[in-house]
Amino acid sequence: MELEFFLQQLITGLSNGMIIALIAIGYTMVYGIIELINFAHGDLFMLGSFLALTILGALGMDAWAGGGTWGGVLLLLLSCAVFCAGLNWTIERVAYRPLRASGKLSLLVSAIGASFILVNLGLFWGGLPMDVFAGGVAAAAPKDFPPLVPNTNLLGADSLVQLTPKDLLVVGVTLPLMLALTWIVTRTRLGKAMRATAQNPIAARLMGIDTDRVIGATFLIGGALGGFASVIYALYNNTISFQMGYRAGMDAFTAAVLGGIGSMPGAVAGAIVIGLVRAMSDGYLETRWTNTIVFGILVLILIFRPSGLLGSRAKEKV
Amino acid sequence: MKPLSMIVAAGVSLVIAAASAAQNGTIKIVSSLPRTGSANAQTGTIVNGIKMAIAEVGGKIDGYEIAYEDWDDASPQRGNWDPTVEAQNANKAVVDSTIVGYIGTFNSGAAKISMPQLNRAGLVMISPANTYSGLTKPGLGEANEPAIYRPSGKINYFRVVPTDDLQGAVAAEFVAASGAKRVFVLHDRELYGKGIAEVFERRAKELGMEVAGLEGIDTKAANYKSLAQKVKFAKSDAAFFGGTTQTNAGQVAKDLRSAGFTGMLVVPDGCCEEAFIQAAGAKNLEGNTFVTFGGLPPAELTGRGAQFRDAYHKMYNAEPEAYAVYGYECARVLLDAIRRASTKDRAGVLQAVAQTKEFDGALGTWSFDANGDTTNRVMSINAVKDGKFVFVKRAGDASASGAAKGSETPSDAPAR
Repeated sequence: MELEFFLQQLITGLSNGMIIALIAIGYTMVYGIIELINFAHGDLFMLGSFLALTILGALGMDAWAGGGTWGGVLLLLLSCAVFCAGLNWTIERVAYRPLRASGKLSLLVSAIGASFILVNLGLFWGGLPMDVFAGGVAAAAPKDFPPLVPNTNLLGADSLVQLTPKDLLVVGVTLPLMLALTWIVTRTRLGKAMRATAQNPIAARLMGIDTDRVIGATFLIGGALGGFASVIYALYNNTISFQMGYRAGMDAFTAAVLGGIGSMPGAVAGAIVIGLVRAMSDGYLETRWTNTIVFGILVLILIFRPSGLLGSRAKEKV
Repeated sequence: MKPLSMIVAAGVSLVIAAASAAQNGTIKIVSSLPRTGSANAQTGTIVNGIKMAIAEVGGKIDGYEIAYEDWDDASPQRGNWDPTVEAQNANKAVVDSTIVGYIGTFNSGAAKISMPQLNRAGLVMISPANTYSGLTKPGLGEANEPAIYRPSGKINYFRVVPTDDLQGAVAAEFVAASGAKRVFVLHDRELYGKGIAEVFERRAKELGMEVAGLEGIDTKAANYKSLAQKVKFAKSDAAFFGGTTQTNAGQVAKDLRSAGFTGMLVVPDGCCEEAFIQAAGAKNLEGNTFVTFGGLPPAELTGRGAQFRDAYHKMYNAEPEAYAVYGYECARVLLDAIRRASTKDRAGVLQAVAQTKEFDGALGTWSFDANGDTTNRVMSINAVKDGKFVFVKRAGDASASGAAKGSETPSDAPAR
């Protein structure tokens, strides 16, 4: 009983952590390359899930709910990734690039502005007169996301511990994405250019790297990961709301800082730590302590390792 | 004729603001309800109810024009009621001397903010939906409640819904009657949700049930899977969530079911709205989930209530939400008081409202008691079937004696 409970919380914590990780990478990549905390990222993720629900409603896919429609899931994943990547690239092009020379603070304010715009887009989107939005009568209400991925227990219906296709979906999508990303960053020309731009944009430009293009590509990749995360989040939690970007973004940003902002493996490690700590605290202590514990751990780590779990101590750029 | 400067002065000095109300022959009523966010589906029908009551009297009483303004106490940032906005609304009402009645609020937490402000101004406030007991009943809330809401010492706050000490007890009795032995109690850590959960817990223990846990949730969390597993592993055969759709009741219900919890789940009237079904997903609520409500659903109303329902159908071509009739009742009792008031100003209307006795309303015949509460105690238990609320049974009438015990022994209450 005790062991089963522990295993259960472990599974829940890992799944939640991996979803946070996908969002956290979007924060950490952008920070790594232009030192901007992209506040709009969580809300970008939120819009991705609204697109997923819209596609689902338009194609009548909610009728397949519970049937394990992996083709449908793949379609959602791809379309939301493309959408979020494109949107993130556009935001960079319109709201960040023109301000890049004017200092970090202007960029930050621009990011907060972009975040507000996206939240309100989500509010508007939720009010569209579609069946999946309940006819749009209550735009701000949380929306039920049909369970395309079934909730059956793979360990047998009698088992106390639940391992469902949802958990497998989270791991099955997140792990390959992270491997692919690691490969891009460490093994490809684009990855090399990204690392060079992150280290020293001026030197990178002198070496013939088109830094604007590289930064654009970073936003594309970060946005795509946010898009993947939005679909997984929606399929795992089965609820989306125009306000969900704030909390998801907060958790992901905390994970990125915990792991060492700018470090990709760090963001993943930080996210998994947060997911596990949340699950264990909810399970063994009381829910009301959970946030205190998560942020308590963050403070402790930052006191003893100011650069985060896996972060390298970056010199302040002038 | 009083000079204009007098009117200006009246606006500034809050207490005597009512003096100029009769001047222009217009009397104003306002409502302050969350009109932005998911509560809007519910509050929209409350506003419709208020408008219907005003239309019934032809928008005129004794030659005075009745003007009505529909104010929003929510903000887009919160998607829910906002303390800042509610405070602003109360201020706005206090300084406008033509306003003689304030219908609101929807959320008990919001009432806490505007009650003292309106009390100082002697402006009558009638709520269609606040159910937190401490707002009116001594000994059931914090030690300084309800005196803290009545700085002037006089009562200006009334409500037409039965309170949580009655509703929470009804929910516990219903769970006990189902044969459940062990119950897990969750709440949203807000005034209303925590209050009703604690009433539930107390009554559950009195009825001999074991309480497996009492926990407040993080209302912004993405999911409650860990917590839901805890409820399941605690071998609870029933669960209660004190909270509203806006504090994530939908996700709580959904995660309890997906964690494999099959016991009875009971939620209070804060979830008695379409948005809850929308958020939780109708399938997750089928079968063993019940919603208590401090009154009867529209379909069960009789007499004047049934007339209201039919008129509503005709006028708006839609189903009124559960609270619509309470909005209607608030406006009717207020208009009736305006009619009876000897002077059509704040003091006159307040006095007339307080004297409401044996009111022939849409909710039956009822009076306001010395605390400002309705004497009406009829409640209902509802379930969800095919994505719609269905009436299960009437409750409350019989339990009134059991619940009243709580108010007779206030000594242990403030310590909670």
